[in-house]
Amino acid sequence: MTSSGGATEVGTIEHLDRGPLDRHEMARIVARDIPAGSYVNLGIGQPTLVSDHLDPDSGVVLHTENGMLGMGPVAVGEEIDLDLTNAGKIPVTELPGASYFHHADSFAMMRGGHLDVCVLGAFQVAVNGDLANWHTGTPDAIPAVGGAMDLATGVRDVYVMMTLFAKDGTAKLVTRCTYPLTGLGCVSRVFTDHAVFLIADGQVTVSETFGISVEELRSRLAVPLLAR
Amino acid sequence: MRVVADPDEAVAGVQDGATVLIGGFGPAGQPVALIDALRRSGVSQLTVVNNNAGNGETGLAALMAGGHVKRIICSFPRQSDSYVFDGLYRSGAIDLEVVPQGNLAERIRAGGAGIGGFFTPTGAGTMLAEGKETRTIDGRDHVLEYAISGDLALVKAFRADRMGNLVYRKTARNFGPVMATAATVTAVQVDEVVEVGALDPEVVVTPGIYVDRVVVVRTPG
Repeated sequence: MTSSGGATEVGTIEHLDRGPLDRHEMARIVARDIPAGSYVNLGIGQPTLVSDHLDPDSGVVLHTENGMLGMGPVAVGEEIDLDLTNAGKIPVTELPGASYFHHADSFAMMRGGHLDVCVLGAFQVAVNGDLANWHTGTPDAIPAVGGAMDLATGVRDVYVMMTLFAKDGTAKLVTRCTYPLTGLGCVSRVFTDHAVFLIADGQVTVSETFGISVEELRSRLAVPLLAR
Repeated sequence: MRVVADPDEAVAGVQDGATVLIGGFGPAGQPVALIDALRRSGVSQLTVVNNNAGNGETGLAALMAGGHVKRIICSFPRQSDSYVFDGLYRSGAIDLEVVPQGNLAERIRAGGAGIGGFFTPTGAGTMLAEGKETRTIDGRDHVLEYAISGDLALVKAFRADRMGNLVYRKTARNFGPVMATAATVTAVQVDEVVEVGALDPEVVVTPGIYVDRVVVVRTPG
């Protein structure tokens, strides 16, 4: 396995013998690409799985929006303390060196560009890095944004972890988002079950594929794909 | 600042139509005893500011179910157990203003810090910025967000001294310290009150200047 970020420094790798990835395998690939020593926020849902794959020696420090750095694994049994939860309101633990702070500080940390990486789910990502992940825009949907816009706007590297295709088969990597936007031009990397994509300067580069070739990807996506 | 006998005394005097800042991130840090007292007071037409819109049928959810709330300002109303709010919202019985979480926290901070508003990049270019003044600063679009302040803040802390200095527990701190600064009257429920001098000044999170009423409500277990 390559070291952190290693996949970006070589040519496109086609893993035709494995894939599509399940969510745990995707989480492992995301964890691999988080640079050692990063301060990281993991979004609720699938991105929380990434923490299971981080090397404890990597020096990665997890931030939770509700006011903590140094978040540890999910609490079990007697560890459960209802005053110590993550962004998904699930009881968690604290690691040595943890700190607590109030909400305005937590989001100042985010908005001020102090967090290195966040990992978010998405409905759609566009070639220009636009992200849509908070609202389907349907009339009966209750809008709920939480910290998604703050993360998309403030964190230096926004990683997205999602399936490449929606349940109805439509691609989620698109020319232009049709769902309401969360942030503009913010996404730098997209980890999917079929491939990893790098986004920069309005262009999408395939860095790695899983069980599919770059040519097949090109035939299934409407967006222009570069390979190296 | 005074230590009061019960939660009802802590919320006494709130008027119909008041804006109430309520701490908590989901259940953690939610001042349930104070919210229950607010409900018993029979006050109506409240605007509530909270990160969420209630869980299950207790605390904030019960306040909304009782018809005391006409409007809620929050970042994340929809949760797996927010069915009380969901029903009221869909029937048109409650108004909702959705605010990105960091903008919500900063608007409250601004309210307590005497700042009328601020320009933030969060939300720029999205539907939550529609109708708001936008300015390009250092080449980046920023949205004008106005301060939020309340008539009453309800906060849960861990420990207070008799001057109202507060310390919190873990992530239950969340919105408490900013909300405590931003209301005309700040009422706090704590697990215990200690004598003046018993709290290390270096670890006080909320200085007593922001606190008006403290009531002891022991957390079960």
